[in-house]
Amino acid sequence: ERGHGPYQPHEPGYGLDQAGYSPYEDEIPDPETRMLAIKNAKAYLLKTSTKSGLNLYDHFANVLTKILDEQPTNAVDIIEDISKDVKCAQFRKKMDTLRDEHLILPTFQAAVKYKALFIKEGGGEEDDDLEEEMGQPSLPNVMEAAFYFEQAGIGLDKDESYYIFLALKNLINVQPIQSCRFWGKILGLEMNYIIAEVQLQEGEDDEEIEDEGEEIVGEGEKEDEAEEEDEQKEKEAEPPKSTYKPPPEIPKEANGTGTNKYVYFVCNEPGNPWEKLPPVTPAQIVCARKIKKFFTGRLDAPIVSFPPFPGNEANYLRAQIARISAGTHVSPTGFYQFANEDEEEEEGADTYEENTEFEPPPVAEMVESLAMWAHHAKSILNQGRCFWINPFQKSEEDDEDEEEEEDEGEEQQEERGPPLLTLISEDEGMKDIPAWTVQTSTDLIPQYSVAILRSNRWPGAYAFASGRKFENIYFGWGHKYSPESHTPELPPPAQEEFPSGPGITETVDPTVEEEMAFRAAQEEALAEAEEGEDEELEDD
Amino acid sequence: MEAQSLPAALALVAGGGAGLSPERRAALGASLPLLQRDYRFERVWFWGCIQGVRGAYYIAEGLGPDRAAPRSRLYSLNCLDWSLLTPATKEMLALAEQVKGRFQGDPSFEYSLSEINAEAAARLLESGKEPVMKEEARLVATIELIDRAVGIVPRGAFVKTALGAVHENRHFEGLSLAEAKKLSSYFHLTEPVNLKNKTLLEKADLDPSIDFLDSLEHDIPQGSWSIQLEKGGTVVVLRSLLWLGLTFYHVPMTKQFGYVYFGTGEKNLDLPFML
Repeated sequence: ERGHGPYQPHEPGYGLDQAGYSPYEDEIPDPETRMLAIKNAKAYLLKTSTKSGLNLYDHFANVLTKILDEQPTNAVDIIEDISKDVKCAQFRKKMDTLRDEHLILPTFQAAVKYKALFIKEGGGEEDDDLEEEMGQPSLPNVMEAAFYFEQAGIGLDKDESYYIFLALKNLINVQPIQSCRFWGKILGLEMNYIIAEVQLQEGEDDEEIEDEGEEIVGEGEKEDEAEEEDEQKEKEAEPPKSTYKPPPEIPKEANGTGTNKYVYFVCNEPGNPWEKLPPVTPAQIVCARKIKKFFTGRLDAPIVSFPPFPGNEANYLRAQIARISAGTHVSPTGFYQFANEDEEEEEGADTYEENTEFEPPPVAEMVESLAMWAHHAKSILNQGRCFWINPFQKSEEDDEDEEEEEDEGEEQQEERGPPLLTLISEDEGMKDIPAWTVQTSTDLIPQYSVAILRSNRWPGAYAFASGRKFENIYFGWGHKYSPESHTPELPPPAQEEFPSGPGITETVDPTVEEEMAFRAAQEEALAEAEEGEDEELEDD
Repeated sequence: MEAQSLPAALALVAGGGAGLSPERRAALGASLPLLQRDYRFERVWFWGCIQGVRGAYYIAEGLGPDRAAPRSRLYSLNCLDWSLLTPATKEMLALAEQVKGRFQGDPSFEYSLSEINAEAAARLLESGKEPVMKEEARLVATIELIDRAVGIVPRGAFVKTALGAVHENRHFEGLSLAEAKKLSSYFHLTEPVNLKNKTLLEKADLDPSIDFLDSLEHDIPQGSWSIQLEKGGTVVVLRSLLWLGLTFYHVPMTKQFGYVYFGTGEKNLDLPFML
């Protein structure tokens, strides 16, 4: 039968704990010498380490104290970690004050910013009267929309949604806004963007036009200076000027129409000041279609790409927002109608109004077919605008160029896009993937379910509809989905330095025989001509 | 993410806009503990959700005593009824990398291999089977690929014992804020590939019980991770740019960490152009 002692007969240490059986027994028979050996061992344990100032004896004492105090399960398995922790604890007190200050800053700063969101500005009653007179700008009910989207599993954390709600309220107080909406969130590498779609009050947009006027004046002045410099340089030898004329720049759409219908404000985190994004130009949209870049989170970051993007990250962000809005902003069919029935036929329709007689279909119908939803944002043509414009009409100002352009310029065909309020069932899918996926939020409780639309062309764009309420939102990286991999545009073929023709093309030099034959032929011809002249002379 | 800390974890990951509806959350809260009971897993992780065109797959993983052993994967279409998936084989992985396009949302959907890979189709025809790949197989392979490529844990969270088994480190108290912002503090939870290539000097600094996995520093392409401090600097969130939708969160100085995938299950092959 096996005993219970520390060493079993089959184990190597058997018998050592019994007096008289230790292997050193014959070496230290004397109890006094054994006491000396024990004292030596203890003195060794008490030796202070030259590096850390600790000694093994105290360290073991601390480790055992900690173990007996905390009584962890399976202590023998984590003994090394406990030993390390005890050692670390020795040093923590000295470095404490320095480290604490560093760690506090980032989290606490952010908390201060969030707290600032909650501060209510100004006296309550006086402001209320003023606002009623002016027509209160509508603050969207972000929390309500967040609730409906949450039924589909889409959306941000409730805290973050509430911070965004408060930040939108601040935006309305600061800027002259007629209506605003939480557009969505675009993720970036270093920071994210929270985007608000806003309609400014009329009259506020004039400021931007003035700014542009100033810019143009500035450029005109610069051109004059450049011309003076050129005249001076003309006296010196100049390389030949290129005859390349870039294609005419397509003007951007006026604020309040087409792609620039809404103004967008962005911030990195709720609590940060909102920044206005510049209006988008067609060139930026055309270029944005060709590149695919992640956003870094800084609005002034350059976009390094081919074809070179005309602008920095703020412009690229604005262009992507425009594309996403044009492609994915939908509403239940019939919610919006044209203000004037005649306008349906024209493609210039840009305005719609709410249909007061709209009766929301039940959710089951909304989910069955995509014909129950319609786009309420005008789609963008290939040109980069919502409304086509002929870029050559402006050449009337330059008389010299007019003739050349009419000859050289290709006649661009007027582009037509789908009219406003098209049903989304007409959206083309990609290969075998439909453009939209529609579901109900829950199968178990159909009477309270919400119809949810997910876009497959722009992953991250969602829409919900429940009764009269509907909303669009975007959470994603800001890129379009393509079944094939993204292929960057190839560089254009190298320009020809000069047109090739017979005058410049190299030919092989004639050989000696050919030259002799040519000279002989020439002399024959001359001789014939002389004979002809002689005959004529003789005739006379 | 750990099934037990699911609600708190979902709140931390919600910065990307993707999450679960209350119905699904409640269903998971009920069905994941039952999974643990039925399959006798030590840990159950909610891996995430792959969004197909017509439906979504919800994936859970079960772990045994050795956390580095191959994990059992289960999928469900409604978060209530779970089906075990067969482990991924090398052929499945190779084929799945070539299949392009969205998941359909129907596990019995068949991709015709003749378009994708004629050799594999021919081989299957010879052995008497149809030249198709089922969506279930693609699902398994995709999950395995994602776990291998971007399944990450913080440094020190797992410990390798002398016997080779990997356990959770009970002494892990979280990364400090400074450490949490560095890519080198996170490891891939798969077989290490780069460890042997380190120089002797680097290896000398490693602690073999903790540093037995590849860190994120040498991931190709560089910059394929986005590190952000969200929620006012309280959570460190890493998002993978190679598999868009994989989100890893960690609250510094606490034991909370985990990763979840909410996405379409497609690799972002355009990554080099996008950086």
